[in-house]
Amino acid sequence: MRSNLENLIRYRGLIASLVARELKARYRGSVLGFAWSLINPLLLLIIYSFVFTTIMPNETEGVKPYAVFMFCGILPWNWFATSLSDAAGSLIAGGNLIKKVLFPAEVLPLVSVLANMVHFFLALPILIAFLLVSGRYPDPLDLVWFPIAVLVQLVFSSALALMLAALTVHFRDIRDILANVLMLWFFSTPIIYPWFQANVQRFRWLFNLNPFTHLAVSYQEILFFNGPLGHWKWLLALGAFSIVLFLACYWLFDRLRDSFAEVV
Amino acid sequence: MRTQSYLTTQRKLATETRMYRDADRRLPSACSSLMRDLQPSETFPALTDVSFTVPKGSTYGVIGRNGSGKSTALKLVAGITKPTGGVVRVDGRISALIELGAGFHPEISGRENVFINGIMLGLTKRQIQERFDEIVEFAELREFIDAPVKTYSSGMYMRLGFAVAIHVDPDVLLVDEVLAVGDEGFTHKCLDKFSEFRRRGKTILLVTHSLNLVERFCDEALWLDAGRAQTHGDPKRVVGAYLTAVEQGEEQLMVETTARAVESAAPPGADVPQPQDLTTNMFQATEGRWGSREIEITDVVLRDAAGQPSHVFHSGEPLSIVLRLRAKQPTDDVVFGIGVFNAEGVCCYGTNTFIEEMNPAALNGDAEATFAIDALDLVEGTYKLDAAVHKRDGYPYDYHRLLYTFRVKSRTHDVGIYRPRHKWTFSSNVQFLQRDDRSGS
Repeated sequence: MRSNLENLIRYRGLIASLVARELKARYRGSVLGFAWSLINPLLLLIIYSFVFTTIMPNETEGVKPYAVFMFCGILPWNWFATSLSDAAGSLIAGGNLIKKVLFPAEVLPLVSVLANMVHFFLALPILIAFLLVSGRYPDPLDLVWFPIAVLVQLVFSSALALMLAALTVHFRDIRDILANVLMLWFFSTPIIYPWFQANVQRFRWLFNLNPFTHLAVSYQEILFFNGPLGHWKWLLALGAFSIVLFLACYWLFDRLRDSFAEVV
Repeated sequence: MRTQSYLTTQRKLATETRMYRDADRRLPSACSSLMRDLQPSETFPALTDVSFTVPKGSTYGVIGRNGSGKSTALKLVAGITKPTGGVVRVDGRISALIELGAGFHPEISGRENVFINGIMLGLTKRQIQERFDEIVEFAELREFIDAPVKTYSSGMYMRLGFAVAIHVDPDVLLVDEVLAVGDEGFTHKCLDKFSEFRRRGKTILLVTHSLNLVERFCDEALWLDAGRAQTHGDPKRVVGAYLTAVEQGEEQLMVETTARAVESAAPPGADVPQPQDLTTNMFQATEGRWGSREIEITDVVLRDAAGQPSHVFHSGEPLSIVLRLRAKQPTDDVVFGIGVFNAEGVCCYGTNTFIEEMNPAALNGDAEATFAIDALDLVEGTYKLDAAVHKRDGYPYDYHRLLYTFRVKSRTHDVGIYRPRHKWTFSSNVQFLQRDDRSGS
């Protein structure tokens, strides 16, 4: 295990160049190129704004503008969800590497997570612009928590990415199951409805079991709501849990590693 | 030992290709038996008790039929798959040319792919930077290096992959049949590069179907069959043993083909006699059997130089065709005919005793007719045989059309049908190297 973690550090050059390749390849040949990383969230935000101010105005106290509030949770969720679905197929897509080259397989799911993290970062300026335009100025002291939340999510996503990638090699069904699970997960996380809503609070213990609740609530508190981050204990607890989960998932991945070259 | 040998597999290297439950996997059972499914459901021994040592600086060839475990052996040495038993020990940096350009991404440029591929193969960015021009030069892709790899032809793709892999500058180079790609010129360049590697004392493990290459290039060879080492040692001897086995396999195949053809040909008396001129018949290439069977060809045997029945012959060697016959009643009107056809159905040669102005006087009971060829001067290929007995006017007693198959093997890959006995001579100012000098060692 120890040597595996050391290897991960050794592979950082490889990981970095693969992430760069992933990003370059995604927009290669399109006219607007990287601008899409900004345009996509911008369009999404405009649509949400239109729906929730004009068609279906949401007047919930304290969460105005509603679209910007939702966006604080949706951006990290998109990073999370696309990371996992990319990672689940990553070993199969990279089968050539695993079968024909001596290649550290764990790099592939991690590249999926990191490449999507870059997309998340690229979308942040749009979110920040909307926050400022709508008069929501994030507290600078609160913003210190932002990298911590990102780090926790990175470890948590990487753990699940490793596990899903390894299992999908054996059970191709996982990719389809995952799409549905992610849909369910999205709606059971306080992203498009606020955490303090009465109905949510009634089942608070249930929501607390959902790891992504704590990430979403943290992001919302850091970026959208004024005042100090009230959720920091949960965030740190999730961080600790994520590290343990990561080690467990990496162990599982390592156990299944020898089968990849034969099954992929 | 570590200093002497760069590559050893110790004692009884074995691996099993695990086949996992796959086809009929349904969701409920997959979930309920998750852990069980992660165990291989069926195993197939890909290599059994294979053990070999490649001394530092030598070139080692592995030959064998498809599916004999050659590539598996290479992957074990490369560390891509793990042996289920035994140990592989390799001292030094490995570069495996198993699939060229395996990590290339089609959308990004050749330049970017060189860097990423190089990093995958264990180089640092700086090392690639230093070798970049050399790589591009070697791949002959200077004007295309900034185009996306998806626009490359498959030859260009392979060349770039090869160029990167070879410039990793490994201590041990593993090569899996990659010379089959690329045009003639590039293949020579690769061979030159290998020669350079040898001169610099690098170790090469080569898996190939090119026996020529093994004989010319390797210091030692290993022949794998069905996952077991058949023999190893001197390349010439190993290749010879392998070729003999291949011929035996082909022989078996010919025997079966012939037996099937004879069996499926028309049973006696079930057909209408087709009294036709033998020579026109020669050019209709549909296999079958017809005739009145008043005289029956009971068997056709091909014999080699030693008089042994065989179906595989070497170009230039003697061949005898023996017809075994049974005449139901004595007759004096009989012609024996033979025709040889190649795989395209072209009649290579046809004759009969009537054409050759032999007048039959009597045939009675069981008899034998032998058609002996001193030297079978045909090029390599599969040939089919006609054997016939008929009357002088063409009325067939028993006509076997293309029922017998034999194979001619040749170490020279000349073309056409017929190889005339020949010799090249030159004026004194034309000179040729000895064959072995071409490897450049």
